[in-house]
Amino acid sequence: MSHAIQFDQLRLPAEAEELRLEVRAFLAGEIANGGFDPAASVMRSGFDRAFSRRVGARGWIGMTWPKRYGGGERSFLERYVVTEEFRVANAPTGAHFTADRQSGPVLLKYAPEHVKSDVLPRITRGECCFCIGMSEPNSGSDLFAASTRATPAGGGYLISGTKLWTSNAHNADYMIGLFRTSPSTAENRRHGLTQFLVDLSRPGIAINPVHDMAGRHEFNEVVFDDLFIPDDHVLGEVDGAWKQATSELAYERSGPERFLETFYVLPELVRVLGGDPDTRGAEGIGRLVAQLHALRRMSVSVAGMLEAGKEPVLEGSIVKDLGTVWEQALPARARDMAAFVDVAPGNRATFDELLEFATVIAPKLTIQGGTTEVLRGIIARGLGLR
Amino acid sequence: MPDSLLLDTTTRIFEDLCDPRTVNAARDGQWKETLWEAIEQSGLTLAWVPEEHGGAGAGLGDGFEVLAVSGRFAVPVPLAETLLAGWLLAQAGLSCPSGPMTVAPSRLRDTVTVRGDGTLGGKAAAIPFAAAADTLVVLADRDGAATVARVDRSACTIRTSPGFRDDGRDLVELDGARPVELAPLGSGPDADCLALMGATVRAVQIGGALESVLALAGDYARERVAFERPIARFQAVQHNLARLAGETAAAVAAAGSAADTVATGTGGDDALFLEVASAKIRAGEAAGAGAAIAHQVHGAIGFTEEHVLHRFTRRLWAWRDDFGSESEWAVRLGRFVAANGADDLWPLLASR
Repeated sequence: MSHAIQFDQLRLPAEAEELRLEVRAFLAGEIANGGFDPAASVMRSGFDRAFSRRVGARGWIGMTWPKRYGGGERSFLERYVVTEEFRVANAPTGAHFTADRQSGPVLLKYAPEHVKSDVLPRITRGECCFCIGMSEPNSGSDLFAASTRATPAGGGYLISGTKLWTSNAHNADYMIGLFRTSPSTAENRRHGLTQFLVDLSRPGIAINPVHDMAGRHEFNEVVFDDLFIPDDHVLGEVDGAWKQATSELAYERSGPERFLETFYVLPELVRVLGGDPDTRGAEGIGRLVAQLHALRRMSVSVAGMLEAGKEPVLEGSIVKDLGTVWEQALPARARDMAAFVDVAPGNRATFDELLEFATVIAPKLTIQGGTTEVLRGIIARGLGLR
Repeated sequence: MPDSLLLDTTTRIFEDLCDPRTVNAARDGQWKETLWEAIEQSGLTLAWVPEEHGGAGAGLGDGFEVLAVSGRFAVPVPLAETLLAGWLLAQAGLSCPSGPMTVAPSRLRDTVTVRGDGTLGGKAAAIPFAAAADTLVVLADRDGAATVARVDRSACTIRTSPGFRDDGRDLVELDGARPVELAPLGSGPDADCLALMGATVRAVQIGGALESVLALAGDYARERVAFERPIARFQAVQHNLARLAGETAAAVAAAGSAADTVATGTGGDDALFLEVASAKIRAGEAAGAGAAIAHQVHGAIGFTEEHVLHRFTRRLWAWRDDFGSESEWAVRLGRFVAANGADDLWPLLASR
């Protein structure tokens, strides 16, 4: 069935705009007192537990969650503002962002009460870092090919196998992992996978670094050798993880982080082109700004639909497809536009440095969290084509 | 809130009287008169004229909703142009005649002046429906003051050109034309107001037309069999259509955001400029990219006069040129951003 694409017009409410001012003041204070260095955190991992604890103290982690778990019971639109302001300021959110966006909401929905009351408050205080164990050596875009096994064993499961490309596993306290509890069936190849909460401090886990082409250590290989996970760490339905995945996609795919990852290039481009750019430079900036504005308006709209309790999976996929393609193309377009800017010392050093970095990380943007090809398949399904 | 009765009426008129397939197959232009009469009788043409001037006094937002629907039907009569003309007359407190109208200039580089003797000087290129309109409403410069002039078509010399469509994109020579009435713009709007309003109107129409183009291309891909299966089964076709959906969504979202800003009058001049420029740029880009994909999906049949696709794609190409192309608005927006400086860019974006 085809489904009409819907992007409701939504403006952020006054309380979100008030919060924006608070967030900007906090970030300005952090930068002023050396809490973080924006330029440095672009090019390093952006992982800083002390910073995350300060953010947690402000109530800006898990801010939409129930108060009894340390949350703030605030709206998705307020969270949206916090997310975009942190991203634009290049704040080092690596120690809490995954838990805030994805892992916490999964636990809220599927974890037993005693696990929720133990883990969620620690996340909101910025003390608890999560990673996501989905991809494997032979399972990337094709998530349902995962083969790391979870075998029932006295009050729990024994896990054996390997996860790969696991960002931040070497820093994280927990993983939410996708493991095979049964073979797939002829009728449903997605059957047989289960989500688990994995305490990474337990024996039976080896975490090996995989350095990326920008020279950073974010990725890891995580090898499980008969790791024991108790029954109460099963998240949701055994063999039914595929049912749980789709509704999370809209959250994961439509946020401001899906088009702002190389944003730092754009203000630097404006700076090097100067206050009175030639026609070519002006047109280039104008198009980029128009495209970014349109993306943000779509993304805000999806946040509003989420806040209203809808599941805009198609719209979320469209935002991520357009957004990641845009942020990936941004460094190349900025490079073209700045081609004739004087290279006198000091004139464009920051720009060149950021541009090179953005160019090197650009390839991953249309791969992580669902490739362009996978997203377009989802959109095509939403259009009733498959 | 949109007036749902107005929208229902609009949609019913378009469904009954200008279904693109029926219009495309028509042997003569009889349908045009019937359609125009129905539109005029319903009060749609005067939606943006205040009640004290004999109009319907509908909100700007309702008018934009009507225009989105008109884009979905590729409405081939000057409804958008008449709405714009009525709106422009109202900005100068002028009364509004009946009959089809259009506005000038539609190109950002064209200027018309009011001379000392009260006649007009200059020309305006690519005016949609100029030959079909009874009245032209012209935004002209009178010694530095923006002035609205109501001109009978018969007072101008019109060189018709069909352009991309049957709607016409005519050259209007205004030298010596004496307006029926003229008055300076009221306080508030400035000389840029027609460009801003016209660009918003065209962006909204482009969004509507792209929604129909997406539906047409999807239907065709599901129906057309090649290599023993519907072409919708081929991943290359699916991905093209997914891109078309993205372009459509971006155009609709950007245009809707600009229309909302114009209609509510919130955010101030900078916000209005960002919204309208962005909408015209993004919708214009989507018009080009979207039309190309839709034609590729349709193959040879979409390139025929018989097929309905061109009713939409030719208008998409024309509308992206009206009231400033993507390039023109991008240069303006880029200069604006550059003049404000790098550090003001994010606060501007985040303010919307």
